[in-house]
Amino acid sequence: MKTFKLGGVHPPENKFSSSEAIQTLPIPKKVFVSVSQHLGAPATVLVKRGDEVKTGQLIAKSSGFISANIHSPVTGKVSKLDNVMDQSGYKRPAIIIDTTEDVWEDGIDTTPDINREITLTKDEIIKRINEMGVVGLGGATFPTHVKMMVPDGKKAEYLIINGVECEPYLTSDHRLMLEKGEEMLIGTTILMKALGVAKAIVGIESNKPDAIQHLTQLATKFNGITVQALKVKYPQGGEKQLIKALTGREVPSAKLPIETGCVVDNVGTAFAVYEAVQKNKPLIERVVTVTGKAAKKPSNFRVRVGTPISELIEHAGGVPENLGKIIGGGPMMGKALMSAEAPIVKGSSGILLMPLEESDRAAMKSCIRCARCVSACPMGLEPYLIAQEVSHKMWDRTEADKVMDCIECGSCQYTCPSGRPLLDYIRLGKFKVGQIIRSRGKN
Amino acid sequence: MYGVVIAMIPALIVSIYFFGLGAVKVILISVIACLFFEWAIQKFLIKGKSTIGDGSAMITGVLLAFNVPSNLPIGIIIIGAFVSIAIAKMSFGGLGKNPFNPALVGRVFLLISFPVQMTSWPIPKPLFSSVVTDAITGPTPLGIVKEGLKSGETVSNIMSQVPTYAEGIIGGIGGSLGEVSVIALLIGAIYMFIKKIITWEIPVAFIGSVVIFTGILYLINPEMYISPIFHLVTGGLALGVFFMATDMVTSPMSSKGMLIFGLGAGVITVIIRVWGAYPEGVSFAILIMNAFVPLINKGFKPARFGKI
Repeated sequence: MKTFKLGGVHPPENKFSSSEAIQTLPIPKKVFVSVSQHLGAPATVLVKRGDEVKTGQLIAKSSGFISANIHSPVTGKVSKLDNVMDQSGYKRPAIIIDTTEDVWEDGIDTTPDINREITLTKDEIIKRINEMGVVGLGGATFPTHVKMMVPDGKKAEYLIINGVECEPYLTSDHRLMLEKGEEMLIGTTILMKALGVAKAIVGIESNKPDAIQHLTQLATKFNGITVQALKVKYPQGGEKQLIKALTGREVPSAKLPIETGCVVDNVGTAFAVYEAVQKNKPLIERVVTVTGKAAKKPSNFRVRVGTPISELIEHAGGVPENLGKIIGGGPMMGKALMSAEAPIVKGSSGILLMPLEESDRAAMKSCIRCARCVSACPMGLEPYLIAQEVSHKMWDRTEADKVMDCIECGSCQYTCPSGRPLLDYIRLGKFKVGQIIRSRGKN
Repeated sequence: MYGVVIAMIPALIVSIYFFGLGAVKVILISVIACLFFEWAIQKFLIKGKSTIGDGSAMITGVLLAFNVPSNLPIGIIIIGAFVSIAIAKMSFGGLGKNPFNPALVGRVFLLISFPVQMTSWPIPKPLFSSVVTDAITGPTPLGIVKEGLKSGETVSNIMSQVPTYAEGIIGGIGGSLGEVSVIALLIGAIYMFIKKIITWEIPVAFIGSVVIFTGILYLINPEMYISPIFHLVTGGLALGVFFMATDMVTSPMSSKGMLIFGLGAGVITVIIRVWGAYPEGVSFAILIMNAFVPLINKGFKPARFGKI
């Protein structure tokens, strides 16, 4: 079975919610719709206080090449434009809407019927994806239409659909593949048409045999789509690792996947593309896993964007007594939340409820130079060295040791026997070196 | 860290079996002295939290004991423990900061300062056995070979005076505490390998280079150079390869670097054993390679993903 070669770790999978069917969460009374829930420039707000909006109505417009449209996830009245604390803990501009009912914009197909025929042309598809505000749902939230526009001189050969879901605990992609497999594959075919590629590979780790079997069977009805089982290893869902595992090609340092002729999209994105193109439905809801060792009822929810995280926890059995920490995302790459009132955004894949006894970090001890971080790093970096350079503020050497290649998978920190916060140092290093590189460009 | 301590238990038992109370005494004093010096320095000089719980001082204590004869006077053991912990480890900032293997620094210091006491090895005498010998101490097999070759004897003559290969593997040859039984050390090494405390690179490169180098010499003239197998089963090679060359703190970080490290240590060991003044060269070889580690780390970086 295929996998990537360099580094990687095997954290306990703990996929408690993998057999829980996706439930639709009731629409909340109030939603907080952030205008910067994608990579790139924040969207420009189109509504003002007191405006009546319908579900699916455009409420903030893409403000640049790398930016995305934002649509109202509910029907109601704009009660406020304010700064709201998001999952990173910073206050960012958001549109707050009081829900009244659920009336969809005209032209949106809300029926459950599967629409199989693809009528739009290549350019129309990209335009539609852009209009509907589709971004990468794997977590990076890169605007999907930008990915579809292959730069001059480059050629896309493979579309890779990422169904790896290598983060422990999370099951939202797994459930989506099982329950919306056909729609997802139609979305894949649409993406193939937009890119002009004849081949697509769906990569799924072997710990999801039901999804592999289901999609392999469905894929026989589609042209050019193959499903490839992968040996379980974290971080296989990283796009560079996935390309390496599936095609053997290596994305060069500081370059984009298109250099290897590959474009990678998450299964959730493929489903969102299906809904955008075939149903004319903007990206206003997604599947979120609420789980963790403290969670009373690990569940998978279909949630409207802007729903406060506390509502999801309420429907997953409520706040547990021994709750120590809430993490937005998976345990490896996710970040601890400042507040459970932070809203769900397009990139939220999971909410993790950690029990008290697992919430504290191990005491930090001296680095014993055991080199486990070096052998765990999937990018072939030297995390112990970069952490040391960052702690001494040696930014030039931090850059020379390729801190910008780091994909922040956290394997180094996971494997460290001395409990050193390697990823924290490296993130700081990436931030500082990134600033230095950008300021160099201005001169 | 305690994994290494567990891995040393088989060799510990074998050494007590062959050397009796002497071994118990040396090991206890060495471990207690190492723990004491680390605790005292941390408390009174560095004024930091106690670090003796991390297990590294205990490993240094046992390794130091493994590297000395079982009849070493108490005072000398304590001096060795002081050099290992105070000079070779704590003066660099404690665990993780020391460039040289502390136990080896202590051992080499004692070897140079107390050459007589450090090279009079008691004859191994298994517990409960009724073997009575007149001799109390005797040379190690490598010592016999070195002396023999120096006085112009041929290898085949010398080989009749030294223990057989089987004795070398199972145990019972003269030497320091920890080097009497290759098989006991091997059991510990397999445990560390399974527990992922050590990786394959250094042992394979170290042993490989010793076998290849001595093999070439043996093929050139078997009457002047002893066989590679003899080199493998005698002296501190197994102890050095599995327990000291693989020390995380003082060995390189990348896979390539570890191979270079093992290769260099093997070559230096053979050079000292064959042409040097001392019969045994493992400790010097490892210490010399320790000095090259920063350079190796700079020169042999791990394979980077997407390197252009």
